[in-house]
Amino acid sequence: MPTASRDIIVSNSLGLHARPAMQFVDTANRFHSRVTVSKGGEEPYEADGKSVMQMIILAATQGTPLRINADGDDAEAAVNSLAQLFADKFGEE
Amino acid sequence: MKLREFIVPEAIVPELSASNRDEALRELVLALSGAGAVSPAAVDPIVAALIAREQGGSTGFGKGVAVPHVKHAAVKKMAGTIGRTAAGIDFTALDHQPVYTIVLLLSPENQPQQHLQAMNVVFSNLQKDMFRRFLRQSTNRASILELLEEADLGK
Repeated sequence: MPTASRDIIVSNSLGLHARPAMQFVDTANRFHSRVTVSKGGEEPYEADGKSVMQMIILAATQGTPLRINADGDDAEAAVNSLAQLFADKFGEE
Repeated sequence: MKLREFIVPEAIVPELSASNRDEALRELVLALSGAGAVSPAAVDPIVAALIAREQGGSTGFGKGVAVPHVKHAAVKKMAGTIGRTAAGIDFTALDHQPVYTIVLLLSPENQPQQHLQAMNVVFSNLQKDMFRRFLRQSTNRASILELLEEADLGK
């Protein structure tokens, strides 16, 4: 099974609050791959990238490094699309 | 962060009289105002902002809970409350199911990190089946507070 992962940094000033979390999950759901997002540091956590609740629990503030992981036939495409959301700051500042 | 750092005990509404989403939002903001957490003049603009937020995307994230929240200039200090409804309210939730428990959170505009921390502790607890079940079954303020206390200790 193909896997892909990408390291990104949360760059929008409000961080990964509910709206971006939902946007992430909506995008993740367009792919068959299993998607997880992991956070290291003092409170490591791995969120199911298709669960809004778990994505919000990441509490990823601006500047937080995260790793997007995908596992499945479309893993590479999923990671590309999801990383692009962070690059675009979810349409925020 | 602990739930009791921002949930205002006097503003908890164990049985909402509201029968729809917008009424429920107003009832909970009024409760926060009654408890002194937000000024009476701020109630209308905050309720309007909460409704606009819901229209932009429901905070009914499934499993019978909704977490309406907004960052607003009229909010000086982060404040939250909890409302319960035995009958269930339509929040156009993601899973299309009625909402029985509402955790409402108001944050100042310039504290995104504090807001994310509060959302973290709310959702960490709402993820737990036992917490959700007990919250839904708690019919008075004292038992809700007891549940929050236990959740805070367990974290």
